[in-house]
Amino acid sequence: KLEAATASTEFSTAEKLTPFEHVTSYNNFYEFGLGKSDPKAYAQGLRTDPWSVEVSGAVHKPGRYHLEDLLKGVDLEERIYRLRCVEAWSMVIPWVGFPLASLLKRFEPTGSSRYVAFTTLHDPEQMPGQRSRFGTIDWPYVEGLRMDEAMHPLTILAVGVYGSALPSQNGAPLRLVVPWKYGFKSIKSIVRIHLAEQMPPTSWNRTAPQEYGFYANVNPAVDHPRWSQSTERRLPSSLFSPNIIDTQPFNGYSEQVAHLYSGMDLNKWY
Amino acid sequence: MVLSMTAVHRHPVGRWLIWSLFFVGSLLPLGWITLQAVQQKLGADPAQVIVTFLGIWALRYLWVTLAVTPLRRLFGMGWLQRYRRMLGLYALFYASLHLLAVATFILGWRPDLLLRELTERPYIIVGFTAWVLLLPLGITSTQGWQRRLGKRWKTLHWLIYPIALLVLLHFAWLIRAGYLEVLIYTLILAFLLGYRLYLKGR
Repeated sequence: KLEAATASTEFSTAEKLTPFEHVTSYNNFYEFGLGKSDPKAYAQGLRTDPWSVEVSGAVHKPGRYHLEDLLKGVDLEERIYRLRCVEAWSMVIPWVGFPLASLLKRFEPTGSSRYVAFTTLHDPEQMPGQRSRFGTIDWPYVEGLRMDEAMHPLTILAVGVYGSALPSQNGAPLRLVVPWKYGFKSIKSIVRIHLAEQMPPTSWNRTAPQEYGFYANVNPAVDHPRWSQSTERRLPSSLFSPNIIDTQPFNGYSEQVAHLYSGMDLNKWY
Repeated sequence: MVLSMTAVHRHPVGRWLIWSLFFVGSLLPLGWITLQAVQQKLGADPAQVIVTFLGIWALRYLWVTLAVTPLRRLFGMGWLQRYRRMLGLYALFYASLHLLAVATFILGWRPDLLLRELTERPYIIVGFTAWVLLLPLGITSTQGWQRRLGKRWKTLHWLIYPIALLVLLHFAWLIRAGYLEVLIYTLILAFLLGYRLYLKGR
């Protein structure tokens, strides 16, 4: 159970929540297997305490920080966000977390930092998916954001969901949530935050660059080469009335974030 | 006492028993997934689970159908031949249910989505083509059609090989990461088709 978090009405959606049961049993977390139910089945042994995060790159205060220290004095908020997976399904999830910006500011980024790169834990002993020889992802999983995306008030680091600490399968103990981008950008179980001058590599982009770009903003107008992104199925869907809804540009957060990309050709920067 | 399958087939009751076993046994996957769905044990996205499940069973039945000839030749399982038609029809059966599940549970029979999927998605076009080609093989699988078509029957049913390749492509094309399962089915198919080439070349 987490300290009573204040609910953020400014950034939260009033849409119907995807039940806890589904949020925590239907996951893409390939470190624990390729099936949607694998993470819940195989992540339970993940040691999340003690946990530390290495902060490096263009910051004045680099170092290895204990998670407890990072969370000291942080006001946790509840943020109810839509999550749109690149596979064309979506959920509505009540995260508990805090703005990434507030954390980054504490490390005092230098003037030359233009990107933030994140790394997930790499520990094949605890993560069976990292032992598989037939996967196509190079471990560890890496993701990145442009500085203005990282500092945006919608971008949070989550430590909980549904009022309790994150279950391992959801990216415990610390994960990113960027609601206007496809789910794979919201990297889980973060062990490293690196402030960079150059655009960092990202795992799915390395795996299939023609299918997954660096930005990965939810965009109904740009299809995945193998399937359409113009609609999505809101989970849980019932069999005889599949919950098909139209996908919104920037996952419905256009008003807040579209300006970050003004003048960019979103067909090119997908 | 060792009872050989050949001996079992000499008796009408034996034949009936084995036929029933094949027929009912092949309905077990459908029964299992139906039960899981009714008990709501398929998680947040039952549609996707059902679609994938039916698809993989269609593929398996196709592969098993193609395995009859090698099994017959390599292990003297001549008795299997009489069930080949049933196995092939089950491949068509599961493929049809797979298609129906996609249209109903994933696309909700929305005409715009159906049209889009069938015209724009390469892996769906490939999968749908495989089903369209399989359909006439199912229809002409009876002895009556075999007689009527004569020599052309064999030519028509040779289509099973390109169909299998289309099915494999359809399967491989929708993977996001992790190719182990596809690799296994590819190796099995390579053997099943390679063995026929070997027989032909001998």
